[in-house]
Amino acid sequence: MAYSAGVDVGSTQTKAVIIDEDGAIVSRALIDTGANVVMAAQNSFNMAREDAGIGEQEIEYVIGTGYGRYRVTFGNAQVTEISCHGRGAVKMFPKTRTVVDMGGQDTKAIRVSPTGEILDFCMNDKCAAGTGRFLGAAAAALDIPLEELGPTALKHQHAIRISTTCTVFAESEVLSWLGKGKKIEDILWGVHQSMATRSAALLRRVGIEEEVTFTGGVTKNIGMVQALEDRLELKVNVSNDSHYMGALGAALFAMDHIFESRRSPQESVEK
Amino acid sequence: MAEKNQSNGSAENNRVKAQTDDLHDTLVGRGNRDGAQLFRDWFEELNHTAETGGQSAYVFVMGSFNEILKTFDLPVVFPEINSLQTAVRRVSHEFLSEAEDYGYSPDICGYVKADVAVQLRGGDHPMGKIPKPSLAVYTNACNTYIKWAEIWERMYKIPVFTIDVPGSRDVHDNSAPGERHFENDRRYVEAQIHELIKLCEKVTGKKFDIDKLREIMGHANDISVSWKRILELNQNRPSLFNALTDGTIYLGVANGFRGEEAGGRYFKELVEEMEYKAKHGIGAITEEKYRLVFVGVPCYPIFRRFNEMFSEWGGTFIHSTYLWFASGGANCGFEYDLKNPIASLAEGTLLSVRDAMDSMFHQERAVENMMKDFSVDGVIYHPIKSCRTVSTGLADGRRYLTDKHDIATLFLESDMMDRRVVSEAQMKNRIDAFFEGLASRRRHKETV
Repeated sequence: MAYSAGVDVGSTQTKAVIIDEDGAIVSRALIDTGANVVMAAQNSFNMAREDAGIGEQEIEYVIGTGYGRYRVTFGNAQVTEISCHGRGAVKMFPKTRTVVDMGGQDTKAIRVSPTGEILDFCMNDKCAAGTGRFLGAAAAALDIPLEELGPTALKHQHAIRISTTCTVFAESEVLSWLGKGKKIEDILWGVHQSMATRSAALLRRVGIEEEVTFTGGVTKNIGMVQALEDRLELKVNVSNDSHYMGALGAALFAMDHIFESRRSPQESVEK
Repeated sequence: MAEKNQSNGSAENNRVKAQTDDLHDTLVGRGNRDGAQLFRDWFEELNHTAETGGQSAYVFVMGSFNEILKTFDLPVVFPEINSLQTAVRRVSHEFLSEAEDYGYSPDICGYVKADVAVQLRGGDHPMGKIPKPSLAVYTNACNTYIKWAEIWERMYKIPVFTIDVPGSRDVHDNSAPGERHFENDRRYVEAQIHELIKLCEKVTGKKFDIDKLREIMGHANDISVSWKRILELNQNRPSLFNALTDGTIYLGVANGFRGEEAGGRYFKELVEEMEYKAKHGIGAITEEKYRLVFVGVPCYPIFRRFNEMFSEWGGTFIHSTYLWFASGGANCGFEYDLKNPIASLAEGTLLSVRDAMDSMFHQERAVENMMKDFSVDGVIYHPIKSCRTVSTGLADGRRYLTDKHDIATLFLESDMMDRRVVSEAQMKNRIDAFFEGLASRRRHKETV
């Protein structure tokens, strides 16, 4: 049995996934990226490997993805997270035609073909509004742990409209609403709605086609899933492994390479 | 006998080869070498004019009226080119900050701000001293031109002259020479040219010489005809020049030397170079994998690096809308009728400047035309923060194109001047993803 791995070095967290020849996830690991990107990549890969009890030699091909993909020094190749999220989403939810990926610093809208081919994509530009950082800023302002943001927001009764599109200014806007005596859950729901609106705008630029699959770290936030579904007026696909979608896609591309090299060893080397 | 023939044949082959090698060394890359030299010559002349307090005319790339101004021996200054040079030389941020400190908004045209800083510095520019204007001439092709010239008007109390060139009335139905609307427009432009001549006479104290104008227009014809031919030659596989990097050098000469013998000669020689390269299969890059069209204004703050991010994947720019609109529509290849110079100048201006405006505002048509003849694999849209004139509508144009054609596109936002809004890492991520998509698209097509 051959194994391949994908290591997704994101701006906030690094994810590693190991898959078998059937494309099934054998193990996964998640750590904070921190300042040492090379170490983060290596550590996440080692964690996933040790968790599965697989030796380094058994993993035939490794692909790095994410902003730190070129820092996966032990990897064999690099593929952008845009391609990887598309590929991973179609593997996990085969009817996926549109992907929305919310990460720590960027949000992407990706349109894919039935085979996972990227048809079009669009990302937020030079600004972290509408990304995980936006939620992080709100969590800091309200002094709430990240994992409680979603459940708290879902308790809202009267949503507050967050008008700013800037992550930094959002923090002061949140504080000003607090100062006016508004409830935390209502403010938080406003933050989620603001993010969903920005993501929907990105999705419209590539064209929304069902099914829509939600990927990235923000998928852990049930409030965000709800806000997105409300805004798009459709159900979005989410799984417990959505956070690992980029790493999964990278591992799938790595497995393609293993199969190709078996079919045509020389051609595969040239590619 | 056979041996002798063989020997003769071999000597002949060697001679042909040696001649070919000599030609190769002379021709290949000559356009870039000579273009850079002409550029230096031009700025030396401007520097001399500034140092000696001579007169100059400030003009713009979309309708420069070099033909008239050079008839009066006025050196031409293109502030747009001065500004982009500060970005290519990686000092634009100093100029932008200076203008912003003076009071100009961060949100307005970067070209304007860099020029304001040059003026505030008394003409000091990385390529030498820029002379003060004696007059400014511009068309309505860019709405910023008008407000920009008003800055010089206030600074130097000089006359500024607007030539109002009627644009396309209907996106699908441009009036053609001979038709009533066109002839009305032509007469309208011609009347303005007569006014410009009077103004030049007043500013320079020289009498207008129509034969000199004819001679200058003849040199301009050489440029226009050659420019059209050069652009067409890039349909060749592999493409002969990079529309973004090499093309920008050619554009500089096309603008600065329009109406000069040296400019006409340069472009005739450039045709010779391109025809040689086409004949011998010499491409712009070693392995051309993807043929791309560029829409918009280049990213000058990381000019070379921007191109590298594409060439690393085997992508090369075979054409761009910039080569159309920033040449003032010289791509139309309009040839002036030297028997009727002023009427013909009006007609050429109308056709060329209108085409330049259409290349910006209706870029989807320009791109569709390119796709017909150039075997295009992908289209790169480059909207820029500091120029809404050229960027507005790019997103719609892209959507129109992808709805109508099976073509890969990439939308990259940055700037032509301001490094503060150019994020190389983000750009590279998008470019890499674009090529991954192109590769899988190609694999899929090959499989089908």
